Amino acid sequence: MSQLQYFLALVAGGLSAAALAYSFVTPFEQALLLKAFLALGFLSLIRFFVPLGLWADGAFALLGAVAVLTSLGAFAPPLPFFWMAVVVAWLFAWLFVERLSKSLAPRLSDNAGLGLLVPVVFGAALLVIWEVVTRGANVPPVLLPAPSAIGAQLANSAPILWADFVQTFIKSVLPGFAIGCLSGLVVAILVDRSPFLKAGLLPIGNFMSALPIIGIAPIMVMWFGFDWQSKAAVVVAMTFFPMLVNTVAGLNASSSIERDLMRTYAADYWQTLLKLRLPAAGPFIFNALKINSTLALIGAIVAEFFGTPVVGMGFRISTGVGRLAIDLVWAEIAVAAIAGSAFYGVIALIERGVTFWHPSVRGGRA
Amino acid sequence: MDTVRGAKSVTRTGPIIVVLLAMLVVWYAAAIGMNAPWQTTLNTRAGLADVPFTDFALQTWAQDRPVLPAPHQVLGEIWNATVALELTSRRSLAYHGWITLSSTLLGFVLGTTLGVALAVFIVHNEAANRSLMPWIIASQTIPILAIAPMVVVGLGSVGITGTVPRALISMYLSFFPVVVGMVKGLRSPESIQLDLMHTYDASPWQTFWKLRWPAAMPMLFASMKVGIAISLVGAVVSELSNAAGGGLGVRLLTGSYNGQTIQIWAALFIAAALAAILVMIVGAAERMVNARMGARPA
Repeated sequence: MSQLQYFLALVAGGLSAAALAYSFVTPFEQALLLKAFLALGFLSLIRFFVPLGLWADGAFALLGAVAVLTSLGAFAPPLPFFWMAVVVAWLFAWLFVERLSKSLAPRLSDNAGLGLLVPVVFGAALLVIWEVVTRGANVPPVLLPAPSAIGAQLANSAPILWADFVQTFIKSVLPGFAIGCLSGLVVAILVDRSPFLKAGLLPIGNFMSALPIIGIAPIMVMWFGFDWQSKAAVVVAMTFFPMLVNTVAGLNASSSIERDLMRTYAADYWQTLLKLRLPAAGPFIFNALKINSTLALIGAIVAEFFGTPVVGMGFRISTGVGRLAIDLVWAEIAVAAIAGSAFYGVIALIERGVTFWHPSVRGGRA
Repeated sequence: MDTVRGAKSVTRTGPIIVVLLAMLVVWYAAAIGMNAPWQTTLNTRAGLADVPFTDFALQTWAQDRPVLPAPHQVLGEIWNATVALELTSRRSLAYHGWITLSSTLLGFVLGTTLGVALAVFIVHNEAANRSLMPWIIASQTIPILAIAPMVVVGLGSVGITGTVPRALISMYLSFFPVVVGMVKGLRSPESIQLDLMHTYDASPWQTFWKLRWPAAMPMLFASMKVGIAISLVGAVVSELSNAAGGGLGVRLLTGSYNGQTIQIWAALFIAAALAAILVMIVGAAERMVNARMGARPA
C-alpha cells in the first residue's frame, strides 16, 4: 500500500472508533446498522496486521452508504457521529477507488469493465453525499433539492417533461441542427473552390465562433415568432460557423501525395471530393457535429427564455424558477442532460462507424 | 524585407476586407427588403405615393423600430449610449458592459485557477483521473447554461447577490475547457523527455515546473481562449434572470420586451466587441509568453 492509502485507512479506522464511542450516547437499538458499520470500520484497522483485499474496502463503502441512507430519518437533527460515519463511508470509497485504480494502472485496455467501475463509484458516492447532505442538513429545497425528490418529480410529471422535450428537442433542436450543419457543410465545399473566399471567410468564421451568437435569440424571436421556428433559427446560426470552419480545415486534411494519386487516376473534381477529400475530412466534420450537438441544445433552451408558447424546456425552467418549483426545474435539467449526452453519444457512435480508419478510432479510444 | 512583409499582409487582409464589405452591402440590402412592408404601410398612411427608390431606401434605413436596423443606426446607438451619456447612467451601455465584463473576468479567473488545479491533481493521481475524467467529459455534453438563471435565483434566496452568482456561472463554464486542455497539455511530454528528467535526478516538483508546465502552455492558452469566450456567454445568460441587476443580457431582454431592435443590436455589438477584445488579450499574452520561452513563431 502506498503512503496515501495507509493514511486513508488509518483515518477511516480511527474516525470509526471515535464515532462508535460517541454513538453510545444514543439508545442501543437506534440506527443499529450505522453502529454495526462503525464497528466494522474500527475492526478494519486489523489490516495493519492482516492484509485486507481491496474488495473488502468496496464492501465497507457500500455498507456505509446503505447504513447512512437508511439511518437518515433516525435522528433529527443528525448527531455529529452521523456526519463522522458519512466521512468514514466516503473515505472507504476513496480507498477502494485508489486501490482499484492502482491495480488497474498497468493494464489500461484489457479490463474495460473494472475500469468503468471507478467513475461509477465516484458518481454513486456523489449522489449519496448529495442526498445525505440535502436531507440531513435540511438544505432549503429552493437551493438544492435531494436527488430522491428530483427522481420523484421526474416520474410524477413525465407527461409535462415529454411535451417539453418534444417542443424543444424534436421541433427546435433537430431541424435547426440539421439545417445549420448541412448549410455549413455546403458553404464550406463552395468556399473551398475559391482560395480568395477561403482567405476572406475563414478568419471571419473563426472570429464568429468565439462571439456570443446566443445573443441573437431575442432578434430571432421577433423575426420568426414565439414558436419553434425562432429557436431553430438560433440553433442554425449557432451551429453554422463551427461546421464551416471545421469542414474547410478538414477538406485540406488530405495530403498532396493522395491528391496526386487521384490526379494520376484522372479523377475529376467531384470524384476527388467524394472519394478522397470528404472522407478525409470526416474526423473534422464529426468534431463539428459533436461541438454543435451541445451548442444546439443550449441555443434552443436559452432562446426560450426570450419568449415561447407555454411549453418547452427553457420555458419550464424560467417559469419554474419564478414559481420556486425547483424540483421540476431540476427534473427538466436531468432530462436536458440525458438528451444532450444521448445526442452526443449517438454522433460519437456514428463517427466510430464512419471514420473507422482513423487512428483515434482504431486505437479503440474515440 | 519590409515591403515583402507589407505585401504579404495585404494579401492576407485583402480578402477579409472584401468579404466584410460584401457582408455590409448584403446587410443594407436586407434592411431595405425587411423594413419595406412596414415603410410601405407608413407611407400609405401618410398619403405618400410613388416615393422614389433612393428616398424609400433612406426611409427604411431610418426607422424607429426597424425589423433589421442598418449598421449606421446601430453604431449611432452605441455612440449615443456610451460616449454621449454619463458613465453611471442606467441607460449607458458602458455601465452595462462593465457589469457583464466584471462578472466575466472574475468567473474566468476563478474557473481557470480551479481548472488548472484540478488538472494538476488529475495528472498526478490515477484514482482522480479514473473517477473524474469521464464525468468531466460527460458533463460537457450537458447544457449547463440552462441552469444559469436557477443558480442565480437559488443563491439570491440565501443572500448571495450581485456579481458573485453570475461569476460562478462563468466559472463553471470556463472551467471545463481548461481542465480538459490542461490534462492534455500536462501529459504532452513524451516518455523520453520524462526519462531525461529522471536521469538528471529531478524531483517531481522540478519535473513539473521545468518540463510539464512549459509543455502545457500551448494547450493552456488554446483552452483559455475558449474559456474566456464562453465565460462572457455565461455572464450574459445569467443576467437574464434578474432584470434589475443590469448588464448586457438585461439590455437584450428589455430590448426584446419593448421591441427596441436597435437597442438589442447595440448590446449585441458591444458583447461581440468585448468577446473579440478579450480573446485578443489572451492571444497577446500567449505571444508574449511564447517569446519569453523562446518558442519559434508559428
